[in-house]
Amino acid sequence: MLGVVRQKMLGQSLPKIRPVVSVLRSYSSAAKQMTVRDSLNSALDEEMSADPKVFLMGEEVGEYQGAYKISKGLLEKYGPERVRDTPITEAGFAGIGVGAAYYGLKPVVEFMTFNFSMQAIDHIINSAAKSNYMSAGQMSVPIVFRGPNGAAAGVGAQHSQCYAAWYASCPGLKVLTPYSSEDARGLLKAAIRDPDPVVFLENELLYGESFPVSDEVLDSSFCLPIGKAKIERVGRDVTITAFSRMVGHALKAAEILEKDGIDAEVINLRSIRPLDRSTINASVRKTNRLVTVEEGFPQHGVGAEICASVVEESFAYLDAPVERIAGADIPMPYAANLERLAVPQVEDIVRAAKRACYRSVPLAAAA
Amino acid sequence: MALSYLRSSSSRSVNLLKPLSSSLPLRRPISTDTTPITVETSVPFTSHQCDAPSRSVETNPKELLTFFRDMALMRRMEIAADSLYKAKLIRGFCHLYDGQEAVAVGMEAAVTKKDCIITAYRDHCTFIGRGGTLLEVFAELMGRQAGCSKGKGGSMHFYKKDSNFYGGHGIVGAQVPLGCGLAFAQKYSKDETVTFALYGDGAANQGQLFEALNISALWDLPAILVCENNHYGMGTAEWRAAKSPAYYKRGDYVPGLKVDGMDALAVKQACKFAKEHALKNGPIILEMDTYRYHGHSMSDPGSTYRTRDEISGVRQERDPIERIRKLILSHDLATEKELKDIEKEVRKEVDDTITQAKESPMPEPSELFTNVYAKGLGVESFGADRKEVRATLP
Repeated sequence: MLGVVRQKMLGQSLPKIRPVVSVLRSYSSAAKQMTVRDSLNSALDEEMSADPKVFLMGEEVGEYQGAYKISKGLLEKYGPERVRDTPITEAGFAGIGVGAAYYGLKPVVEFMTFNFSMQAIDHIINSAAKSNYMSAGQMSVPIVFRGPNGAAAGVGAQHSQCYAAWYASCPGLKVLTPYSSEDARGLLKAAIRDPDPVVFLENELLYGESFPVSDEVLDSSFCLPIGKAKIERVGRDVTITAFSRMVGHALKAAEILEKDGIDAEVINLRSIRPLDRSTINASVRKTNRLVTVEEGFPQHGVGAEICASVVEESFAYLDAPVERIAGADIPMPYAANLERLAVPQVEDIVRAAKRACYRSVPLAAAA
Repeated sequence: MALSYLRSSSSRSVNLLKPLSSSLPLRRPISTDTTPITVETSVPFTSHQCDAPSRSVETNPKELLTFFRDMALMRRMEIAADSLYKAKLIRGFCHLYDGQEAVAVGMEAAVTKKDCIITAYRDHCTFIGRGGTLLEVFAELMGRQAGCSKGKGGSMHFYKKDSNFYGGHGIVGAQVPLGCGLAFAQKYSKDETVTFALYGDGAANQGQLFEALNISALWDLPAILVCENNHYGMGTAEWRAAKSPAYYKRGDYVPGLKVDGMDALAVKQACKFAKEHALKNGPIILEMDTYRYHGHSMSDPGSTYRTRDEISGVRQERDPIERIRKLILSHDLATEKELKDIEKEVRKEVDDTITQAKESPMPEPSELFTNVYAKGLGVESFGADRKEVRATLP
């Protein structure tokens, strides 16, 4: 909560000051560093401690300490009743999780990657997302489906897909995409406390990254609001929206653009559903230019929805067509050079932002 | 059966009709002796809803020496892959098969290349068994053009359609309904061939397996479900994942056989039996009691959920290569030195192939857009920056 208030103050009253994250870095205050992995682990720990109805279920979450060590130590602390190792049967255990949520428990169901959630997608959509509506409010489903989403490194076509757009198109679901450790803690806690089904899309390559976390973030009552984006970097010339790992790419692109005299505003979406259309539109009305960035496939992607929203609500403010940077429109190749071409790189974002910042009138026509 | 290690790496087809002795320049003499020898399997077969085959297996010196060489090659290949992974030349996932070689070679000895095999992601040796080359394996693992999937698939996605190997699948359990589908097509086409759909003890609890098995039994499909039970689904021991780890019985109304998967001759006998059964009576389950020395993948040490004593115990008592070595020596088919020479030769072959594979270039960037469709209809596809990189799909 406090983290959000602080960010709003910076964003509105002092537009030239860099956002909280980099202030802490450059002045090396006593802010603690925490990995995303530890953030998720501590959030799970605290929520399980606070509410006995919360339990964790998934493959290797218990004795193995978590396939990616996100649930390390939880089995020892909470016991096998509350930290359940499942067989490799996603349709089965996701359905069991939803059933438990119907009855009033608060399951956290882990998919080892969201690629495997496709085995369980009927339960996520039909059993979880739609139930509150179909039952006119009787059957709320306070479940969290979490796990790594998107590309890792060299894991090939069946293990690299981003599911943000698919899940976010479904009413009844909430879809969150943390980037930093603060996001991880605040959003996971919010997700577990939320009475609706939440799809919580993490990223394997972010697990080991460290971010500064303030005392507020470390407090066990810390929570971030669902449906609010965060302006990671205030800017004037072009809006860049991103989520999950791509936020890091967008911030790096912004640093490069600054050297070319382009002041980019970077929005960390944090929430894909609900999408924070007002923050996005307010930003575009200020900068007049937009680049959307995502890892997933371009067609019917998150960027397409953002573009539609901006065209619908802020058309007169656009000075250039909306630019979309997304994963390549192909199954993920394995070879390292091809994989690099299939995933957005920092230079792609820089290039698109520059295109958005110049009028596309050729010199001959202007003469 | 001979592996295509003797063939040039550019040849992808397996000639089923050429007898081994006349086919290719042999670098060293391999026994062509086909005098029958009868060997007893390590343990009798245990059966469910059927009569078990005899534990007396017919083999011959040529077959035993081929088993030895083929398994030694597979073993060396997997160990070399371990080193390449640690050297970061192989990326992503790498699931190694060392310890389980007898299943691959025993199965090939019982079937033809017209029978189909499909498996999950622990597929390097199965691919070799189907006639894939070492170069195709290492080049694919390193993401190079000479790879069996041109570098675009990776470790989990090896295929060889011309010898009816259908992959290479990353999603646990998915290959089983797919295998039943192959069997469906074989029956539909009246080919008189069968499909072996391999899966692990981890996949054995997947619902889709039972759905496909039910349909296969209803429609009498020539589907042979082979559970390679190495007793651990990643880090979870079988007793923690399955209420009934008697996987050969899990078919209920479908007959099953439990086989010592570390005994290549037992595997051969069981697969031969299963093929005959499936062609007449529909699906059957084979449970291969086997073991993997490595962890689940290269990211898993394999020692947090099992003891080192257990691993070394299996290596001592049940190693499939050692079993065949003892058999060869006890029947005087070769000397210890000759067998060691084979192993040295195999090692050199693997090393030489790795050197060759390293020289294979990475795929051309244009390969990004090939094979998305079989028939692209001239539609456009895009790179990460859709205004910078776009292509028309052929």
